Amino acid sequence: MSEKYNEIPMAGNIIEPGNATKYKTGGWRAQRPIHTDETCLWVKNGTCGLCWIYCPDNSVKLIEKDGKYIYEFDLEYCKGCGICANQCPTDSIRMENE
Amino acid sequence: MTAVKRIPKDQIAIEGLTGDAAIAHALKQCDLDVLAAYPITPQTIIVEDYQKFAANGEVHCRVIPVESEHSAMSACIGASAVGARVATASASAGLALMWEILYCAASMRMPIIFTVANRALSGPINIHNDWSDTYGARDSGFIQIYTQSCQEAYDTTIMAFKIAEDHKVLLPIMVCIDGFILSHNVERVEMLPTKAVENFLGVREPFIKLDPDNPITMGPLALTDYYFEFKEQQERAMEAVPEVFAQVETDFEKMTGRRYGMFEEYRTDDAEIIIFTHSTPGGTAKATVDVLREKGEKVGVLRLRMFRPFPTKEIVEVVKNAKAVIVFEKCRSFGAPSNPLALELRTALYDLEKRPMVVDFVIGLGGRDCPPTTIVEGYEKTKEYLKKGKAPLYETMGVRK
Ligand code: SF4
Ligand code: SF4
Repeated sequence: MSEKYNEIPMAGNIIEPGNATKYKTGGWRAQRPIHTDETCLWVKNGTCGLCWIYCPDNSVKLIEKDGKYIYEFDLEYCKGCGICANQCPTDSIRMENE
Repeated sequence: MTAVKRIPKDQIAIEGLTGDAAIAHALKQCDLDVLAAYPITPQTIIVEDYQKFAANGEVHCRVIPVESEHSAMSACIGASAVGARVATASASAGLALMWEILYCAASMRMPIIFTVANRALSGPINIHNDWSDTYGARDSGFIQIYTQSCQEAYDTTIMAFKIAEDHKVLLPIMVCIDGFILSHNVERVEMLPTKAVENFLGVREPFIKLDPDNPITMGPLALTDYYFEFKEQQERAMEAVPEVFAQVETDFEKMTGRRYGMFEEYRTDDAEIIIFTHSTPGGTAKATVDVLREKGEKVGVLRLRMFRPFPTKEIVEVVKNAKAVIVFEKCRSFGAPSNPLALELRTALYDLEKRPMVVDFVIGLGGRDCPPTTIVEGYEKTKEYLKKGKAPLYETMGVRK
């Protein structure tokens, strides 16, 4: 972010596709999602995934490993919007102040 | 582009054309790829004529008849982004409806040519000429060139593409004519052969373009961390305009013998009082000055062409030794200490130790006629002010009060 006006592409054009990953939206977060494995349908039987569908920042990670279903947030990008918590049908996500 | 050569007389077509028609003919010869516009008086004939050329198969251009001016400028940006040569036309309320997108065109660095038939803004609604529309847009990032004759409008439209598309510039340009006074009056216009115009302009070489095989994003978000730097880029592009403008005019002069400059000086050499205006009042002022000169008055005219970027240093050089500069301008900046043209001039002169007196007259709002007597009245008043050593910051002239 220290580049001068003549060291950046003209007019703000993004000439490297997908470079939004360099922008860590996790810095915006005022609240973080806390997940409970006990009631989560993904962890139970690999279904649901509503939080994963709705997350605007691809920050819900639904992982399958050795026949087990693992649930994680990517806090580098999770901006704490709370959409996942709102959508969850089993109230398995709550938002907590940072 | 091959070397530019003087076009022999027998290849030049001479026709009587209105300002609008002259611009339409210029656009026809500039090998446009896309023209997107919405009709509005007094610009309508530009697009009407151009659509006729398109319907007759005389141009290979996609004409997009959009549903509003906001869409017109948006379509122009989209087309320009893929590398097309693009033009549009509007005036007054139409230009006002483009407002948001004007800034997008300039900041996205799209070399769009926007011909404007200057017209008063509402309200009350009025179709006649003043400069409120483009003066309002003076900070949009567009280059602005004001023309006085149909020939100049034709020539400037052609040159505009070459200036805008230069990679040192890459800014959109407003080419302005006075609504009705120029847009609808017939003058003699010398037209170049189309081949010569095509040769002069070449095919647009985009600096960067939208291309599915090489994906990029144009016009994204930039916040506190980068926005300011992009504005700096825009300012540097503006600073590059005079040099590119001069080069383009030099090439055009080789081809036609005509050159206009950022402004025209008329009998200013020994002038004690200089009239500063542009567009059609520039012509009226010159004719009036001829008469005043016969009576022994030392008066001249500085007719501005390029309002953005404003040729600050060059103008100071011309007027610095005059006793007074009389500004005639067709716009009122409500609540401001004076008006757009005089504000620029006063800023330019402020640092001089000895400054000419600046007298600012707001004239011709809503198309109110500005005959030579307006110029003479302003001149006589200025001589009084010089005697008194004091002038008001501005005054309106020609209004019943
Ligand atoms: S809080 Fe928002 S950004 Fe974070 S994981 Fe939930 S939906 Fe995604
Ligand atoms: S929405 Fe709730 S139940 Fe469904 S996968 Fe996400 S956390 Fe589990």
